[in-house]
Amino acid sequence: MKDLPKAKDFYSRLAHRPDSASDWMDVPVEIRKGMYCYAANPKSLDTLGFPYARDWNPVEGDWKLPENWQQIIHEGFKERLERFRSFKVFMDICVRCGACADKCHFFIGTGDPKNMPVLRAELLRSVYRNDFTTFGKLLGRIGGARPMTVDVLKEWWYYMFQCTECRRCSVFCPYGIDTAEITIMGRELLNLLGLNIDWIATPVSNCYMTGNHLGIQPHAYKDMLDFFVDDIEEITGVRVEPSYNRVGADILFITPSGDVFADPGTYTAMGYLILFHYLREKYGFDITWSTYASEGGNFGFFTSHETMKRLNSKMYAEARRLGVKWILGGECGHMWRVITQYMDTMNGPADFLQEPVSPITGTRFENAKSTKMVHIAEFTADLIRHGKLELDKRRNRHLKVTFHDSCNPSRGMGMLEEPRYVIRNVCDHFYDMPENTIREQTFCCGSGAGLNAGENMELRMAGGLPRANAVKYVHEQHGVNMLATICAIDRAALPPLMQYWVPGVDVTGLHEMVANALVLPGEKQRETNLRGEPLEGMEDDSDE
Amino acid sequence: MNVKYMYSFLAVIVLFLIAYVGTEAVGLQWLFGVLIPYAALLVFVIGFGRRVMSWARSAVPFRIPTTCGQQKTLPWIRPNSIDNPTTTGAVAVRMFLEIVTFRSLFRNTRMKAKADGRITYQLELFLWLGALAFHYAFATVLVRHLRFFMEPVPVPIKLIETLDAFFQFGLPVVYLSGVVLAAAVLYLALRRVFIPTVRYISLANDFFPLFLIFGIAFTGILMRYFAKVDIVGIKALTMGLVTFSFPESEVLKGISGLFYGHLFFVSVLLAYFPFSKLMHLGGIFLSPTRNLTTDTRARRHVNPWNYPVKVHTYEEYEDDFREKMVEAGLPVVKSLEAAAAEKE
Amino acid sequence: MKLVERLAANKSTIVKKWFDLVAATYPPDTAKFLKANRDPFHNPVGKTTLEGLSAAFDALLEGADPVVLDRALDPIIRIRAVQSFSPTQATAFILALKPLVRELWSKGPSDPQAAADLRQIEDGIDQVLLVAFDIYLKCRETLFQLKVDLEKNRIHHAFVRAGLVADTPVQPSAAEPKGAV
Repeated sequence: MKDLPKAKDFYSRLAHRPDSASDWMDVPVEIRKGMYCYAANPKSLDTLGFPYARDWNPVEGDWKLPENWQQIIHEGFKERLERFRSFKVFMDICVRCGACADKCHFFIGTGDPKNMPVLRAELLRSVYRNDFTTFGKLLGRIGGARPMTVDVLKEWWYYMFQCTECRRCSVFCPYGIDTAEITIMGRELLNLLGLNIDWIATPVSNCYMTGNHLGIQPHAYKDMLDFFVDDIEEITGVRVEPSYNRVGADILFITPSGDVFADPGTYTAMGYLILFHYLREKYGFDITWSTYASEGGNFGFFTSHETMKRLNSKMYAEARRLGVKWILGGECGHMWRVITQYMDTMNGPADFLQEPVSPITGTRFENAKSTKMVHIAEFTADLIRHGKLELDKRRNRHLKVTFHDSCNPSRGMGMLEEPRYVIRNVCDHFYDMPENTIREQTFCCGSGAGLNAGENMELRMAGGLPRANAVKYVHEQHGVNMLATICAIDRAALPPLMQYWVPGVDVTGLHEMVANALVLPGEKQRETNLRGEPLEGMEDDSDE
Repeated sequence: MNVKYMYSFLAVIVLFLIAYVGTEAVGLQWLFGVLIPYAALLVFVIGFGRRVMSWARSAVPFRIPTTCGQQKTLPWIRPNSIDNPTTTGAVAVRMFLEIVTFRSLFRNTRMKAKADGRITYQLELFLWLGALAFHYAFATVLVRHLRFFMEPVPVPIKLIETLDAFFQFGLPVVYLSGVVLAAAVLYLALRRVFIPTVRYISLANDFFPLFLIFGIAFTGILMRYFAKVDIVGIKALTMGLVTFSFPESEVLKGISGLFYGHLFFVSVLLAYFPFSKLMHLGGIFLSPTRNLTTDTRARRHVNPWNYPVKVHTYEEYEDDFREKMVEAGLPVVKSLEAAAAEKE
Repeated sequence: MKLVERLAANKSTIVKKWFDLVAATYPPDTAKFLKANRDPFHNPVGKTTLEGLSAAFDALLEGADPVVLDRALDPIIRIRAVQSFSPTQATAFILALKPLVRELWSKGPSDPQAAADLRQIEDGIDQVLLVAFDIYLKCRETLFQLKVDLEKNRIHHAFVRAGLVADTPVQPSAAEPKGAV
């Protein structure tokens, strides 16, 4: 029997990767298909005035870097160390305890050790030690330092675009080291060399010129909402009348443009229209949409601090031009991180606006008294609490709902209870996912921070595995069939994730469910929900 | 063999030999007993100060705390004021818990699904416990050592010694802190060797301080319980260091090389400190994701280097799309006619 | 004792070895993480793999029914289909079971009946491999479908924006079936 192959020998030939060397610095980066996004279209970079716009291909050897690229990186690094204490402190104090190692959805899903947050940061830290610390200069490799080379640059690029800046690791870090900060800086540095991805650069360029990521021109934006108006009339028998760019309105509404153009976000947009109409009919609520500030989301945030500021400026500028009292913001993830932690600082002070007060309930939103911008989940929760909405929960009773906390509203804002309160008031069946996969410990959808492209679908599916796995658990335990979320990227990214991992679970925004339950004055007997699906079980009650 | 921990281990052995041979064979007691400790202390104080100053010099452009609990919004929703602190007082509580109890590490929960599908949680306590044990034991040892620099020894220090010797066994009585310190360091080092993910991320810089501190604890324990060094002479030297009145060379020469090895380890640790990850001692106070309030929507934070940026204004936007806007019935500021007239 | 019975009796050992071999297809450090971490939500890959192998092993001993095998293997292959493995690498771990079976077999009697038993189990493993390959392809097709849908939606919306799509009212019954969207 000695001729039988030993299992181990047999198998070693089939191994995924050659035995990785004991030191991560010796493992060369390999840019794999399905894991990376295409390079930015040079035209988009030109529109924005970004440097080194050119055609280049990540999988080709020559990235056509500028001659002095190392100097550009070094100086950019230095400048950022001075401008951001976060960056400098995080470069210095990590003790590599490993608490973050298994907290990253990309590490869990892809099994690539360089996706451990600590190692992602070490990619930059190793160069930092080499360029900016005495010990690193003296000890070199043994001191954890390495010089900046083309291979290191490629490694940066590959892994900075395998991080969704979700901040889950920072919750567990004893020093609060936030990989999002590291990734943001890493991407800023890469941008200095024109190394962006197209899924970010082109939306940014679109947003700069037309006001929204999709490049929807004003008339088309109105057209799309007009379609919704028709659909709503067909379903409810009520014709809603949104207004656009209207000077003198009380409130300006800004939401991510994804909800105007992609299912199932469109149903959430219809939800907003229905809610606003209801409030106008009942309480004289006065709100306007804008085609100029037609984007709540901000892919500039995934590019650089400066770009974020350039895009976000439209919100206050439009509010000032229209003379509104305050701004209401739609359901979006990173938009709310920007509004909560950046907007007032970079685009404020918004002293031309008033401290937000709900015109219906009289509630003062004191938590937003400086930004003057209220989240629609806060707004709606307040309405429900005061009994201002007539809701027919039965229309949602076929739904068994679970809620995905989007990374930014949970870890960059702390909006955990408001959406749950709303869901419980418009649906009969609500089940939370396991505790360490929700709230501040929520798992990312795997497609945030500009990574929801098509060409990196494998990365997205792998990164979304921990989230999908938790959904699968409630799907199997409680028969959950609807995944609710308050983020436009989630609404775009989670449906394919569910299709792949947990077929039988659909995705919805909060206000789609609100609008389905909301009883409009003068509406006809509804036979379908906003998606045009027949309302199951409602037939029996129709005579009541 | 992994070079990272071998190099660190060898470095520590070599350091000890340098001090031991330097004093026992070469007679450099003044160098290792007086000059180097002073120099090390100087490096520590200046280095530490400079590092903290260099952090402080960097701006805090944005308020980016990690919110780990419910925000303060509507009056009927209970906010989590510690993990999402809106006031300076609450931030102080958050920082206190973070620094004193390592709260974030404590969040490290593990979940287990039972056979019947129910889920139970258990804390992944070992790292947290190991870290706590290490830091507290180290602190106690440090405080206990103050007795070498004070005459008479203050009551609080005596009290701590009494507590530390609570179990009253061994002769001389065994101090718990020393044993715990050595054990915790050993655990933290073994963890780096045996847990694969942690080994993968560990650098020589991570092993060196652990081995060094283990060396300090080990030589300390040797001196106290086994080697029986000249304690009177040592106290004369340490008091001399704080009062600048040094004992006779004869006294210095009478102290064992073991002590000079111990002291040299401490000196190296002090001098190494400001240039290493050990600076997390200072850095944790400055971590922007923990030490800032989260009331960023209610109170404006000012960025010291905020500069104007190029934007695409509404006027430019309307110029781009005026015709289409008019056609779609969207309001415009400038009519088509007015815009055309302006062009001419 | 027949080979099938002996395999059943040694199930936990064999599945454990098999799992170790699958884990070894990842970088060594990741492999140890997959083996060590028991939290199903922090280590879905490890948990899913172990459960799937165990179920596939049972299915093999019970006659390698394709439907049962499909249910057992789908979760594992689904994960491997998105982890930048080549098709062979993603499915070849099935074959790693063969030497494990032979190793056990070689310790037993070597009569003609035993040889026939071995052949039967090995045929079964071939069957498992074929099912695995089907699943792999199905997963990849889903992935590509997702990519196509994304592109299709973008182009469709671009056409709508450009006013190229006629607004003909579509009867609900004639509309595209749900799920194809």
